Amino acid sequence: MSDHAATSHDDHAGHDPADIDRHVRVYIMVFVALMVLTIVTVAVSRFHLSVPVAVSVALLVATIKGALVACYFMHLISEKKLIFAVLGLTAAFFIVLLALPVLTHEDGYWIPQPAPAQTDAEHK
Amino acid sequence: MDIPYTVAVRRDTGLNNGKIGIWLFLASEVMLFGALFASYILIRTGSPSWPRGDTVLDYRLATFNTIVLITSSVTMVMAWASLMRRKFGTFRIYMGATVLLGGVFLLVKYFEYSHHLHLGEYPSHSNFFAIYYTLTGLHMLHVIGGMVVNAYFWGPGAKLWDKNPVWFTNRVEHSGLFWHFVDLVWIFLFPTLYLL
Repeated sequence: MSDHAATSHDDHAGHDPADIDRHVRVYIMVFVALMVLTIVTVAVSRFHLSVPVAVSVALLVATIKGALVACYFMHLISEKKLIFAVLGLTAAFFIVLLALPVLTHEDGYWIPQPAPAQTDAEHK
Repeated sequence: MDIPYTVAVRRDTGLNNGKIGIWLFLASEVMLFGALFASYILIRTGSPSWPRGDTVLDYRLATFNTIVLITSSVTMVMAWASLMRRKFGTFRIYMGATVLLGGVFLLVKYFEYSHHLHLGEYPSHSNFFAIYYTLTGLHMLHVIGGMVVNAYFWGPGAKLWDKNPVWFTNRVEHSGLFWHFVDLVWIFLFPTLYLL
């Protein structure tokens, strides 16, 4: 089955030169934002904040950077529904995966612990 | 026999097959790195003591590598934009720059690994170094894989441009999606391992 001639219905339909120029301007703005956020990440780490605060700030900045890459460089902002369905499912499993260590953090505190074995002396 | 839907979009999905394929692959990659990040959290929170990344690793080298990878992501997307503008010569420059920047990243990593191995800091040295080598090593393999594919499109694979420019542009977009994913993973690895 050949579809090589079907260029009028391809993925690039609707991308005129002005459209691409607009894309390029956005890429440059995102690049600058990513550089600034990288400097922010390193600068904040120099303040030696407490671990919970440092982790929160670092992950927040990393999430913003990741979102910029995904939305603009990977074109997620204008992607089709099917891709979002795939990513939604992935995100759900990813959250479960990351939640597992949190659930086991207290070494299984929700698991009923067996009662300590009674000694012979206690029996008597 | 031609591969179907390399250029035209499927009516049911609204996408060409290559695009769906690469996103499904990236979804599996999210789970792979997700499992390792979960392992990192489990090992770190379960450990009585854990060193701050910047006390054992060189965060300046890692910052430099972050800038290199982000820049390579921009050159990658500019390579795709050049093809969309039908400027093949400009594509070659940007794609060549992407491959070179990948090489710079690996070179820095080589110096970083050499330094730690010279100090006897092997994966067996501590939990920190075990997870450090595992995460950065797997990421490095992805950088190498991306470089091989990008070098192919820069070199022999570029013949497709003459025969079917739209298909070639799609292929470059898909290899770009992988390359940006590699950048995205590093964006999270960098603070996790080197700064916190």
